[in-house]
Amino acid sequence: MTVDAPIADGHPLPRLNDPARLRTRYAAEARFRIYGVAALSIAIAFLFGLFASIISNGWSAFLQTKAHVPVYLDPAEIDPDGKRDVSRFGLADYTKLARDALSKAIGLPEKQDKATKRDLKGLLSRAIDVQIRDLVVADPSLIGQTITVPLLAHGDVDSLLKGAIDRSIPEERRQLNDRQLQWIDKLTADGVLKKDFNAGLFAYGASSQPESSGLAVALIGSLFMMLTVALLAVPIGVATAAYLEEFAPKNFWTDLIEVNINNLAAVPSIVFGLLGLAVFINFAGLPRSASLIGGLVLTLMTLPTIIIATRAAIRAVPPSIREAALGVGASKMQTLFHHTLPLAFPGIMTGTIIGLVQALGETAPLLMIGMVAFVVDIPSSVMEPATALPVQIYMWATSAERGFVERTAGATIVLLGFLFVMNAAAVYLRRRFERKW
Amino acid sequence: MSYSTILAGVAILAVIAFVGGLVRARGHAAGPVKMHSQLGYYGWYAAVLAALPAAILITVWAASEPAVLSRLVARELPATVDTLNAAQHSLAMGQIQSISEGLPKLGAADLAIIKKARLGFTPVEEAQRVLKEHGIVLGSPPPPYVINAAADLTENRAISRYLLAAIAGLLAIGGLFYGVRSIRPRLRARNAVEKVMLGGLAAASTVAILTTVGIVFSVLFETIHFFQGVSPSNFFFGTVWDPRFSAAGSADTIGQFGLLPLLWGTLFISFVALAVAVPIGLMSAIYMSEYASQGVRDVAKPALEILAGIPTIVYGFFALITFGPLLRDVGAMVGLEIAATSVLTAGIVMGVMIIPFVSSLSDDIISAVPQSLREGSYGLGATQSETIKRVVIPAALPGIVGAILLAASRAIGETMIVVLAAGIAANLTLNPFEPVTTITVKIVSQLTGDLEFDSPQTLVAFALGLTLFVITLALNVYALYIVRTYREEYE
Repeated sequence: MTVDAPIADGHPLPRLNDPARLRTRYAAEARFRIYGVAALSIAIAFLFGLFASIISNGWSAFLQTKAHVPVYLDPAEIDPDGKRDVSRFGLADYTKLARDALSKAIGLPEKQDKATKRDLKGLLSRAIDVQIRDLVVADPSLIGQTITVPLLAHGDVDSLLKGAIDRSIPEERRQLNDRQLQWIDKLTADGVLKKDFNAGLFAYGASSQPESSGLAVALIGSLFMMLTVALLAVPIGVATAAYLEEFAPKNFWTDLIEVNINNLAAVPSIVFGLLGLAVFINFAGLPRSASLIGGLVLTLMTLPTIIIATRAAIRAVPPSIREAALGVGASKMQTLFHHTLPLAFPGIMTGTIIGLVQALGETAPLLMIGMVAFVVDIPSSVMEPATALPVQIYMWATSAERGFVERTAGATIVLLGFLFVMNAAAVYLRRRFERKW
Repeated sequence: MSYSTILAGVAILAVIAFVGGLVRARGHAAGPVKMHSQLGYYGWYAAVLAALPAAILITVWAASEPAVLSRLVARELPATVDTLNAAQHSLAMGQIQSISEGLPKLGAADLAIIKKARLGFTPVEEAQRVLKEHGIVLGSPPPPYVINAAADLTENRAISRYLLAAIAGLLAIGGLFYGVRSIRPRLRARNAVEKVMLGGLAAASTVAILTTVGIVFSVLFETIHFFQGVSPSNFFFGTVWDPRFSAAGSADTIGQFGLLPLLWGTLFISFVALAVAVPIGLMSAIYMSEYASQGVRDVAKPALEILAGIPTIVYGFFALITFGPLLRDVGAMVGLEIAATSVLTAGIVMGVMIIPFVSSLSDDIISAVPQSLREGSYGLGATQSETIKRVVIPAALPGIVGAILLAASRAIGETMIVVLAAGIAANLTLNPFEPVTTITVKIVSQLTGDLEFDSPQTLVAFALGLTLFVITLALNVYALYIVRTYREEYE
């Protein structure tokens, strides 16, 4: 826009009320506004696109196909000597029992060739063996009875019923053959194959089959890490903030601490992972993949957030309150613990939750310390190997099978759900306890 | 005896000291002389005296015990051990460590078997089997001298713990008696306790410094270690990244560790990200602070904050399953060949991630420009957009540049989006439709899986980490410098 060049240059002053000029200026004004609206719309559209993609891919992970068939727990197979010996139960072929039950439900003859047996078996998950065995071990009196168990269907069957496998592709390239498709259709029509709520998503650990893998280990691992962060980062963070705000002398050392905290807040999270690997695992010799190390690394990472939030909360307490306390004879320490900190408490809680939210969603440093592990058993202490929710998402995201895509998106929904609840709690605390002085 | 037992003992003594101090202070309070502090402080005074010295001792002991014990064990090992190479040596040391941790778990019968194996009456495989039953899995049957050393180590450790328990106990009891006995009305208990509390607060504030020191030293140490095997010029100026995972000990397959392709990938993706985030973020900020009604602000600002709160792994997954394929299909429609993992995919998704960093910082800065400047401009007949472009933005420029630099440092250090969406092949290319890889991706891929802390394939991750740390630190410091130097001060 050269139109309003400086007068000093000797150019003639443009006529300010020239209608053509005014029109271009107003058009520029309108364009500029549109750019602003467009930028904001693009950002928000992306947000919606992201949520839409995750939810549309992931909602079906909360449902799982199961075959509700009456399984005859044959004593001849499970307990041939009739001794009710629990260690013998493990040797039985439960898959065969389940297969027989399924074939009866389809209405196939008792005598079957190998191919039929294989196709039948292909409809059921490999995890059903353990599923039925656990039932029998828990209650041996079931042997000889016929019980209706919701048997986990194979991941391919699940994918088919959720529409993820295309029926029109030729049989030899399809995961399920034509005969299996027929059976599935019959079983679905009879109400034997049904989609139920997928409780297994929250109960199972790692598995190589999508249908029997779950988030239990990741949830417990994340819980342990959150506890570690809350127990370590909050006291240290609040103490640091209180020291810097109320006691620290103005000197080089204090400046150094302040600069440090601000810089740590901007250090890439993956570098904290390198620190954890070098210090906690290589130097201190703590076990790899343990949730304790994850918690320690996340503590160091969230400390700056908590310190900065706590300092703001302490600063927001008006000086008159401190002066009143000091005036009636309280020491500085008493003023801090009896007046300033309690009044700053809602702000500290909000900052803490924001720190925890950051820690819960963090992935990269946990990859460094070996939390990408195939952990089947649910950990019972912070020293045992575990994974974390975002790490589980990463591991599933890099698995090839179609069933895992759905699980990944489902796990993402769970993670976002937790973050939403925690953020809502922070907002609630801020609204509920916010004070204006 | 474990540390937790010793700590629990000290804690019990501290509670006794607290109660004792309180009772004694009560007794004095009934007397004629007015107490200096409130009664509770006398209890705390005694408790601190009982617990603090013992706790410090236990911490120091726990930090130095492993080193001292392994020194003792190493002295007793037969001379043949010195002839082993580094890998065998560390294997033997590891076996000693894990056997000695397992020995206390064994029953009497199993201990007898171990003892026989140690003296050579039973084959060592037997000892391996026994240990395995108790959850200690060894790769190979332990030689007798290893079992010997492990037994010694267990014994020494037990002695060390008893010694610690005795000394810590004495310290705590001594502190308890001294503390309780010294309580009298004139004692300034509150001042003493508060001094300790202040010490605690100051100690907490050093954690931030220790973290930085820890980061710098751990990364620097391993980097120096790395440069002993690979020359710095090969690393910093090498154009080929091919680290070749090799079997342990074989020296001929070192591989090549050129930083440049990774650095280029990082900068390329960050550039695309900024090209997305800066216009969108800046225009959003301008619109929200200058044009939008309160209602729009109330919706748009939290929406952008949500964008900042979404974990990066979620963005990465979105790029992997939705955005990458979408971009590829759109490219195919217009005749462009875009790989599903490409500079463009990772860059655009990362750009969306950093929009809120640009917009919220810029929003604050633009709002801080005083209203009088705008009104002066309107008074001269400028339209709103002319005012923004020629008055508001120039006034806010240092802050905006600072915000952009901070966003750039975020983009360079970002990991999960690029791990899932940028590709893994190191690639020096100018084509944004091809996959490239970044520093962070390679740190992740070098450090997941089995690690050996003496191979350059592992150590290179630390050199990459140091590079990353230095780049982001420099950007942050520079951003701060710009903001401080060019900031306009308004009253």
